[in-house]
Amino acid sequence: MAKRSGIFDMIGPVMIGPSSSHTAGVVRIGRVAKRIFGKHLAIESVQITFYNSFARTYEGHGSDRAILAGLLDFKTDDARIKNALDLATQESISYTFKAVGNASIYHPNTVKVEVQGNGRSVEVIGESLGGGVINIASLDDFKADFSASNHTLIIKATDERGVIAFISNILAQENCNIATMSVSRKGKNDLACHVIEMDSGIPQITMDYIRHINWCKELIYIPDIDF
Amino acid sequence: MSFLFDSFEGWKAIIEEKKVSLFQPVIEYEINEKGSEEQSILLGLEKALDVMFDAVDSGLTEDMVSRSGMINNGAKKVYNHGVSVLGENFQKVIARALAAKEVNSCMGRVVAAPTAGASGIIPGVLYTLKDIHSIEKKTLVEALLVSAGIGLIIDNKASLAGAVGGCQAETGSAAAMASGAIVYCLGGDFLQVSNAVGITIQCMLGLVCDPVAGLVEVPCVVRNASAAAIAFSSAQIAMAGVDAVIPVDECIEAMGEIGQSMEERYKETALGGLAATKTGKALSKKILISDIQILGEEEVLPEKPSNKAC
Repeated sequence: MAKRSGIFDMIGPVMIGPSSSHTAGVVRIGRVAKRIFGKHLAIESVQITFYNSFARTYEGHGSDRAILAGLLDFKTDDARIKNALDLATQESISYTFKAVGNASIYHPNTVKVEVQGNGRSVEVIGESLGGGVINIASLDDFKADFSASNHTLIIKATDERGVIAFISNILAQENCNIATMSVSRKGKNDLACHVIEMDSGIPQITMDYIRHINWCKELIYIPDIDF
Repeated sequence: MSFLFDSFEGWKAIIEEKKVSLFQPVIEYEINEKGSEEQSILLGLEKALDVMFDAVDSGLTEDMVSRSGMINNGAKKVYNHGVSVLGENFQKVIARALAAKEVNSCMGRVVAAPTAGASGIIPGVLYTLKDIHSIEKKTLVEALLVSAGIGLIIDNKASLAGAVGGCQAETGSAAAMASGAIVYCLGGDFLQVSNAVGITIQCMLGLVCDPVAGLVEVPCVVRNASAAAIAFSSAQIAMAGVDAVIPVDECIEAMGEIGQSMEERYKETALGGLAATKTGKALSKKILISDIQILGEEEVLPEKPSNKAC
């Protein structure tokens, strides 16, 4: 059964208008892309593609400002969202927007964010599901499917036997419950991506430990995207 | 287990059984379902109230022009106009509901109550009620709890989303929540609150969601004003003890039934109603992005995830 609404779904959320799916949801997707890229890394350039239903209305709904606001790590109720185009330019971020009308394999409200800077590049595809709720469909061409409303752990690792068991065992030792988990890989023995949504966070030392294991190529931790 | 806000009948039964005020089960629901604490619930609602009132004030003082240009400082014009068609308070409630909703259309900060498209109604109503009757903040917060309870029941029995139930689900639900809040603030009992909600829904039934150019501007902004007026007219009727005849739970079910049978073009798709008029279409052509790439059949995007190198 779907999660029951609460009082603050009726009287809330506090948000920047005009639309929860075209503004608040898009800010969240931008923020996830920023966190995956690196919270403290400077973004140099970003290409943003709005698909399907987003393609025609992204300007009118301010989704262009919303996605840049997310990439500037603003929250959904930040009054600066309105000025995000100028603020991104001030931060020396160069940006381009593109609209694609008929990407039928994508959700109606889909946005693709390609971020570059410091020699690093990240590609995130996000879906705005309504009411500000999002799904990150993929990252760097790996299937992801997470909402970013829990604690999310993303681990890129070599495709080896026992990695999933190892990770879940460590999380169990941290008394951390796994809500959802998805694993996809480029190919056999190639790179695999583990996306784990957890009910609680894990300490820095545990993340550092996983990072030092030789199969771990990258570890990203994103706490609840609204905090 | 707490009462799950699936009907007004159940809400009535629980407050009669426990001999509590009608906002009490709403707090208990949130504590049980979300694990919140009473203090943080009340603080959260106080904050929401502040944001609502700030939105009214900024809509009446700051420049409110939307990106499309369709919204252009309407609230201020109404507030300051020399002719009051029905009296000063009427003029003010209309202007205030417009103001908060214009702030939403112009990328300002609002409370979605219950949705962003209906974010002017409860602020306009409560601001005016406080202004006329000097209602204390504590009572206004309790009224928001009552509104939330009403919203939860509509959410369970029908829908709050324009894409599911049309405009009646958004501005209709907000008007119903506002009307219940008015009656609560003025000391009405459960029956009067139920009647106000039922009568409001009766007045809002069937309203379609037909936004011009797909933007939350026309007719959404003016409908926030009319919904606020209907919230007051229904509260006036209900306070006098006039019966809604059709019980509120059944009114909400009717709203759900109408929403289900409404054609897709009237549910936020911008394909019917005002959006499909000659002028609506012309505006849409002028405002919306026209530089859209249409993919050929062969290149309708790679399978995801692809095997492209990382």
